[in-house]
Amino acid sequence: MPGAVLRRTGPAYLVDKTDTVSPRLAAVGAGVVLDGISLSFGGIRALTDVSLDVAPGEIRAVIGPNGAGKSSLINVLSGLYQASAGRVRFGGRVFSAVPPQELAALGVARTFQNLALFPGLSVADNIAAGLSFRRLSGIWGNVFSLPLARQERAAHQDQVREVADRLHLTADLDRLVATLPYGLQKRVELARALVAAPRLLLLDEPMAGMTATEKAEMAGFVRAARDRSGLSVILIEHDIGVVMGLSDHVAVLDHGVKIADGTPDQVRRDPEVIRAYLGAA
Amino acid sequence: MTFVADNPLATPLTRHLPLAAGLLLAFVAVPAFASDYVIEAILLPFLALSLAGLGLNLLTGYTGQVSLGSAAFMAVGAFAAFNLEHRIDWLPLPVSILLAGLTAAAVGLVFGLPSLRLRGFYLAVSTLAAQFFVQWALTKFGWFSNYSASGIISAPSLHVFGISLDGTAGRYLFALSTTALITLFVHRLVISPIGANLIAVRDNETAARVIGVPVLRTKLAVFALSSAIIGIAGAIWAFAYLRTVEPAGFNLDRSFQILFIVIIGGLATVRGAFLGAALIVIFPLLLSRFTGLAFDGVADAGVLKLIERIFFGAVIIAFLIAEPNGLSAILSRITRRFTR
Amino acid sequence: MDWFAFLFFIEVTIGGLLSGVMYALVAIGFVLIYKTSGVLNFAQGAMVLFAALTFVSLTEQGLPFLAALAITAAVMALLGLTIERAVLRPLANRSPMTLFMATLGLAYVIEGAAQLIWGTAVHRLDLGISNEPFILGGIFISTFDLIAALIAGVMVAALTAFFRFTRTGLAFRAVADDQFAALAVGLRLDRIWAAVWTAAGVVALVAGLLWGARLGVQFALSLVVLKALPVLVLGGFDSVLGAIVAGLLIGATEKLAEVYIGPVFGGGIEGWFAYAVALIVLLVRPTGLFGQKLVERY
Ligand SMILES: Nc1ncnc2c1ncn2[C@@H]1O[C@H](COP(=O)(O)OP(=O)(O)OP(=O)(O)O)[C@@H](O)[C@H]1O
Ligand SMILES: [Mg+2]
Repeated sequence: MPGAVLRRTGPAYLVDKTDTVSPRLAAVGAGVVLDGISLSFGGIRALTDVSLDVAPGEIRAVIGPNGAGKSSLINVLSGLYQASAGRVRFGGRVFSAVPPQELAALGVARTFQNLALFPGLSVADNIAAGLSFRRLSGIWGNVFSLPLARQERAAHQDQVREVADRLHLTADLDRLVATLPYGLQKRVELARALVAAPRLLLLDEPMAGMTATEKAEMAGFVRAARDRSGLSVILIEHDIGVVMGLSDHVAVLDHGVKIADGTPDQVRRDPEVIRAYLGAA
Repeated sequence: MTFVADNPLATPLTRHLPLAAGLLLAFVAVPAFASDYVIEAILLPFLALSLAGLGLNLLTGYTGQVSLGSAAFMAVGAFAAFNLEHRIDWLPLPVSILLAGLTAAAVGLVFGLPSLRLRGFYLAVSTLAAQFFVQWALTKFGWFSNYSASGIISAPSLHVFGISLDGTAGRYLFALSTTALITLFVHRLVISPIGANLIAVRDNETAARVIGVPVLRTKLAVFALSSAIIGIAGAIWAFAYLRTVEPAGFNLDRSFQILFIVIIGGLATVRGAFLGAALIVIFPLLLSRFTGLAFDGVADAGVLKLIERIFFGAVIIAFLIAEPNGLSAILSRITRRFTR
Repeated sequence: MDWFAFLFFIEVTIGGLLSGVMYALVAIGFVLIYKTSGVLNFAQGAMVLFAALTFVSLTEQGLPFLAALAITAAVMALLGLTIERAVLRPLANRSPMTLFMATLGLAYVIEGAAQLIWGTAVHRLDLGISNEPFILGGIFISTFDLIAALIAGVMVAALTAFFRFTRTGLAFRAVADDQFAALAVGLRLDRIWAAVWTAAGVVALVAGLLWGARLGVQFALSLVVLKALPVLVLGGFDSVLGAIVAGLLIGATEKLAEVYIGPVFGGGIEGWFAYAVALIVLLVRPTGLFGQKLVERY
């Protein structure tokens, strides 16, 4: 978008534990809590009073028809959209507006529905970008290869190699990311999100457009990541088969409203959900 | 970050051989054998413009922030260097040049602030503010040009460690060493993780911000660094090439010229600035030579300027359409064909 | 403030507003192209120069006014078509910044060509509009500027009507709103772009005649683009109304600043003042006064 402009994000403030906006927000611990999130664009109500609790180590799927507000939910969580009402809690902090530039440091990582890689960089550099918020060395240190910069570079290289290894990307590390097939690019984006070992992972349709084998592989990577470090995952996905197999709980959005939330089995039988999906409104 | 050497046969020695040969040629052979004309008319403007192109390439090619105000920072550098040399006469030349770069960096930082909120065309247009404001300020306030009546001042005599650099070869070596050092710096920067940050900001600013690349800090740092390099290029332009310091030469056309250098040479490459500057400097000379031969030396200078204008405009369009990676990409293709 | 100082203030303001209309006139050419193809056409100023030079040279060859006008309009249409064919079409699907840089190159080509064909001399252009100011309630008003403003107003009205009520105009708007959707319903983008560039050429002709009559027809005419850019930024690139309001605003503040603040700095501030105003507004409203405030989708 040529004329597009940086959004100004409002102040992100820490709410005192004694602030009793909602008892759910005051609960301490990992995971993430969304409380009464609403969002609209002009006349379109993208989200209406959506609440969601995701426990540590849980994979929570969010499903719903096109335009239901799934991406919007993740965009609110990562601070790209600003909710008109509601709050978000993770990492022991409560936000009415999440500061996107601090997301990585807060232990939150995400992927995008439409690939958001850096086409001009190699796979390795794309993944390493996910670590740059930890870098202490600056321009001078890196230009003159001062000790700190050298150490950091070596440590980051190790981390990149390690995550690439887990996601079977080692052979492609030096390739320009733009030259990779789509499925691999999606995987690079996952690697970039995982490299800093986040506590919360937001995945917006990570398997869209993949073959069945690729999807299974990707699902395996997500599950392995969760099992490895106990991170929480919010997963948006249209493929119901994948969703039912991978997630612990499933939330269903329709027209910006959460119409169901429960185990895959409960959700599958929920009449509201069936109605939303069959479009018998 | 490289994990596998792209070509296992390319040992560091063979890879650096062409560069070493080039440097030897530039530092030893040229001063010894090149005519004054070649140095004065070709090499000096070439070096200054290459350096300016290199600075702009950091900002536009690597970080994706289009600036139409480069000449303003050249002017700031030139005038800062002049005033430092003139007012603090014990200051060694390299220090004055460095401080001139810092001055340009400070001004660049101020005019880079809008980049924190504006993008794309809105930012490009706002860089024009730098162009017009700086040129106005330098003309308006006599202090900058030491109250010279014409506004044109001759550059001070150049010397380092007691050695005079006023001769053609001296000025050439001064320009060459400065350019070489800064080029090395930029090269080291762009291959470092910081360089990757620049490209991340350019390729997808939102994704960069969300994954924790310090976007705002990166942008401001690049504005400052790029302005510093362009400022030093301006000081070289005025001190080593023109031997005069005047605001008129640092106009909007110069800003466009530097942008053209970067586009023609190759965005986001270090050598692109040099290739583009070579074309920009050499083409007009060739044109006047050629028309001089063809029309018995009666080619009108005004007409030549117009032909030049049309040529560069057309070349820009042609490159954008046919080879957006510029001369640098063409050169890569050629060398690949030869080494295969 | 005494009465005379007040009258003077009003006079300066009106003068500024009227020249603001002239800025808006150039800015509208930009908006037309930006709205439909997302290109910031830096060559708009060069087109103004080209149009004015062609017209004035034709009349100097003895052609009657209307014939010269018709021929120039045809030439501008042809130029627009050529640009669409030779520059825009090969660059379709490239980034807006690439297209912008291509129009920078285009500006160089058109400026060079215009002067190569018609010469670099300064031409006087007399449109037969009186240069005598008239006096209204003790205030001097430039007849020329007033008539120029009227012509500009008529053009804006014509353009608005065109967009509202004609098939082509509606197609323009459809493309401006959503290129993909427009393609999907079978609108021919290339035809529409060609039409838009033609229209921008005609707008450039009107601006060229009015500005040429004011400044003389010469290279400096292509620099009116630099007057139009802050107007565009202030008004928002995609708003005709924005271009007009911002033109008036910048015209008036610029004249007032020149008269009341300029002397403090020793004059000459009109080169950057408009940019300063635009920048300050942008820092508060990053898409200008009337630009669409889109939230990017992710
Ligand atoms: N940046 C935006 N500007 C305007 N409207 C938007 C924006 N982002 C989303 N919307 C609207 O908000 C609603 C929800 O969109 P969202 O992208 O969240 O849906 P989704 O559930 O992710 O759909 P899909 O499955 O197609 O990705 C839609 O009506 C959409 O058009
Ligand atoms: Mg979505």
